[in-house]
Amino acid sequence: MTKAFFIDTTVCTGCRGCQVACKQWHDLPAEETENRGSYQNPSDLSAMTYKLVRMREEEIDGKLRWLFFPDQCRHCLDAPCKGTAMYEEAIYQEPATGAILYTMATRELNAQEIIDSCPYNIPRKGPDGVLAKCDMCIDRVINGQLPACVKTCPTGAMNFGDREEMLQLADRRLGEARKKFPKASLLDPDEVSVIYLVAYDRSHYEVAARARTPEGLTRQAALRKMISPLTRSVAHIG
Amino acid sequence: MTNHWIDIKNSDCILIMGSNAAENHPVSFKYVTEAQKKGAALISVDPRFTRTSSKADIYAPLRSGTDIAFLGGMIKYILDSGQFNKEYVAAYTNAPFLVNEGFGFKDGVFSGFQETPKGPALGKYDKKSWAFQMDEKGVPKMDRSLEDPHCVFQLLKKHFSRYDTDTVSQVTGTPKASLEEIYRTYAATGATGKAGTIMYAMGWTQHTHGTQNIRTMAIIQLLLGNMGVAGGGVNALRGESNVQGSTDHCLLWHIWPGYLATPSTKWPKLADYLQRRAKSNDPLSANWWQNEPKYMVSTLKSFFGDAATAENDFGYDWVPKVDAGTAYSWLDIFDAMYDGKIKGFFSWGQNPACSGSNAGKNREAMKNLDWMVNVNLFDNETGSFWKGPGMKPWEIQTEVFFLPAAVSVEKEGSITNSGRWMQWRYQGPKPLGNCRPDGDMILELGDRIKALYEKEGGVHPEPIIHLKWDYTTGGAYDPHKVAKEINGYFLRDVTVKGKTYKKGTLVPSFAFLQADGSTSSGNWLYCNSYTEKGNMAARRSQQDASNGIGIYPEFAWCWPVNRRIIYNRASVDLKGQPWDKDDWVIRWNGSKWEGDVPDGGWPPLESLTNPNPKSKYPFIMHVHGHGQIFGPGRSDGPFPEHYEPLECPVEKNLLNPRMVSPTAAVYSGKADMFATCDPRFPYVGTTYRVSEHWQTGLMTRYQPWLLELQPQVFVEMSEELAQLKGVSNGERVKVSSARGSLEATAIVTKRFKPFRIEGSVVHQVGLPWHFGWRWPASGTEKSANLLTPSAGDPNTRIPETKAFMVNVAKL
Repeated sequence: MTKAFFIDTTVCTGCRGCQVACKQWHDLPAEETENRGSYQNPSDLSAMTYKLVRMREEEIDGKLRWLFFPDQCRHCLDAPCKGTAMYEEAIYQEPATGAILYTMATRELNAQEIIDSCPYNIPRKGPDGVLAKCDMCIDRVINGQLPACVKTCPTGAMNFGDREEMLQLADRRLGEARKKFPKASLLDPDEVSVIYLVAYDRSHYEVAARARTPEGLTRQAALRKMISPLTRSVAHIG
Repeated sequence: MTNHWIDIKNSDCILIMGSNAAENHPVSFKYVTEAQKKGAALISVDPRFTRTSSKADIYAPLRSGTDIAFLGGMIKYILDSGQFNKEYVAAYTNAPFLVNEGFGFKDGVFSGFQETPKGPALGKYDKKSWAFQMDEKGVPKMDRSLEDPHCVFQLLKKHFSRYDTDTVSQVTGTPKASLEEIYRTYAATGATGKAGTIMYAMGWTQHTHGTQNIRTMAIIQLLLGNMGVAGGGVNALRGESNVQGSTDHCLLWHIWPGYLATPSTKWPKLADYLQRRAKSNDPLSANWWQNEPKYMVSTLKSFFGDAATAENDFGYDWVPKVDAGTAYSWLDIFDAMYDGKIKGFFSWGQNPACSGSNAGKNREAMKNLDWMVNVNLFDNETGSFWKGPGMKPWEIQTEVFFLPAAVSVEKEGSITNSGRWMQWRYQGPKPLGNCRPDGDMILELGDRIKALYEKEGGVHPEPIIHLKWDYTTGGAYDPHKVAKEINGYFLRDVTVKGKTYKKGTLVPSFAFLQADGSTSSGNWLYCNSYTEKGNMAARRSQQDASNGIGIYPEFAWCWPVNRRIIYNRASVDLKGQPWDKDDWVIRWNGSKWEGDVPDGGWPPLESLTNPNPKSKYPFIMHVHGHGQIFGPGRSDGPFPEHYEPLECPVEKNLLNPRMVSPTAAVYSGKADMFATCDPRFPYVGTTYRVSEHWQTGLMTRYQPWLLELQPQVFVEMSEELAQLKGVSNGERVKVSSARGSLEATAIVTKRFKPFRIEGSVVHQVGLPWHFGWRWPASGTEKSANLLTPSAGDPNTRIPETKAFMVNVAKL
């Protein structure tokens, strides 16, 4: 059975233990940052930062909310990046877990095209041309351990397990959360392996959601969908 | 904590005020979240909307330094609405006690006030008029109906009658509707079977009225019957993993191990010391401190071993006495150092150049030292003070030695967490290079000093020469030997209750300690932690107790005698049956107590009019056995009262004619500058911590992943203030107080809002105090304690770093 994350943002305190644990496990260097008038740092995902707690202060229904969103690759069930690349040496789905994994061969791909293909604006290109993102801590997971971010989470915001189990947990928590947050929802539970529970409209949380067309697609993704047969054939030739 | 971390999950209402638990005690939110999932309400009260507030069901702002006004309003609400737990209040608290008729509160002071022109304390109280009325047997007179005009309950009602929500709102800046919502929600825990808890930290303690902030909440908890119950209590969240342990083992100048009083010139002989405590003539009061002679003598035996005899008062003459009326707190030490009265300084595991209030004064003071020994993991702003900003190294004669210390994971030993759990830890990696565990360094230092005194003599050599100092195994510091010493030994064959304990065996618990020199114990409160059954702190059983409330009695060990929730005899009614039938702590099964270790095994009281003579009142550490709504032992009054911080933005205290706590400690040297209601410093300032850094940042500023998250000192301010000052988000600004200034990055945020105080707009800003000039390498990120004042609480002398006045200016 494939694996899934369930990320309950309604209990996330923005402590960012997950963000640091990710760097620690992957031995990723720190970025040189400066305070830009926000706690959120670095400012965005990068080839050195696979996981980023996005923070937004918003007044919703007359009340101030400080929203935390531990952003990472969603490990889509049918991943557009993989579909775009059509190059299993570079992007493949690990069958036992469903993890979408990038290899060094991603440097052979058209990086911008892959980045644009992602409905969640996740992959980033490193200085060596390799594309990078969350790898589900696949080395930990196949050895029976939890992903580093899940292991470190103090409140139970980060969860990981068999997909069915996570879906059940997500449904149960959605029901509980709706008592406090009537507009709470699960983000794309049928399409991804990283299922978020959010208290308010997704545009308050996701960068990509804010750039979406009313149909729910980014412009780039819409374009890519339209021309995908062509892309695939090009990839084959490549 | 009277309760413990896991117990938070049992609460029905969690008030987080004076702390920011989500950010500074992130793991606590495991239990806060669990309680919320079970329906508990979370209330966050903070000048600024924090990560804690982001998870709260109710958030309300208050101006820094006005917590007593806020909570005083809650006391009034609880009394007016009748939501207090009358059965509990009448039976277990001192609310029925009659106070001397001479007691009163007038013109902002309690009866017995005297100014003290010499300072640093502004004034002091003669507490005679605060005493209880006694009957012919010497037992406090009580009116369990709570109606006598001189009873504590009626005095409390009268004292807080001034704290109506209109006035409170004017003082605190909290909207009236928020006050009412919070009072209503929290007061609901006064219902039988409901529990409310408070999670507080330095936001409450670091004020000139810090102790009284906590007293105010303690009164609320007693009124609502929240002391002793699961999910209740008064819970201090400690700022380091072992603050509780270091306090228990006498970190503070006025306390010896196990909260024994530091010997003083007031008590020149041991007999004076041992007889000084008030006696109780009430057979129902355990008055546990009457056992103090056993603990004190056992401590002296632990210090001096065979050299301590009944003939020489067990070495009491050898130990230093504090001068009566003189304080030796952190603020006093640096004041004396500033005046050139201290020549040598061990700065051990601390960084006073950044951590101390009015840090600039501390740095100046260090220039007067002949020598400093800096024991730490890395060099810091203290060890390098002589080359810090504004210093002229060529003029500074202080010789600084650096002793690199092993980090916690490199050594074996115990820590005691906020919940009083003593947990044994094992050595992971060996210390790097020449780094050594603190215990090693202290032992060797002691050996060398002893050898010097033995060889050369000197003034008053006896305490050093006679010091028992045998904690090595194979030449190295042995933490097990120290832990056993702390627990204590029988020093000769002793028979207690018909059972003989052989010389050299470990004492099973403090009930077995003796005042005749036949036992030793380094800390009576920890007696029971390392016994002939083994190292209790090393236990790791995951088995819960029969009550199933998450006390895990055989996981680690907890003082006293493994009692996980103290005052737990107040969690039951007079018949010994729990107020809360589901989350019960202890219960009487007809012949004994079940559940947690009870506060004494005596049977239940059964009734107040005809009590079981074998029973005892539940608050056994108080002379008269009752929870203290009236607290006549405090330096600044038996009831809390709102006073403004030393530096404040208002010209009038709306609750009484006094501005500052009349007994606050205020220093008056050249470096002790203050500015109140001064147009040069118009904004309230406060300091705090963030999740991403630790203390003065010594362990985190050098950690690139953490510096990535919080790279710079910042100052948070409202959008309104930023507009007023023309400051943009992310811009560097200058923050200054009467004492110093620093640059900081402005975070302009909706999370700070201007306050409406007494009809005027008052702005507040806040800064984290984790930074210092040594690192990051830019040297531009400085300590926020350059701004904070050297003024302190009259009971503890903790400095007032949480409320002071500043200015903010564009660069």
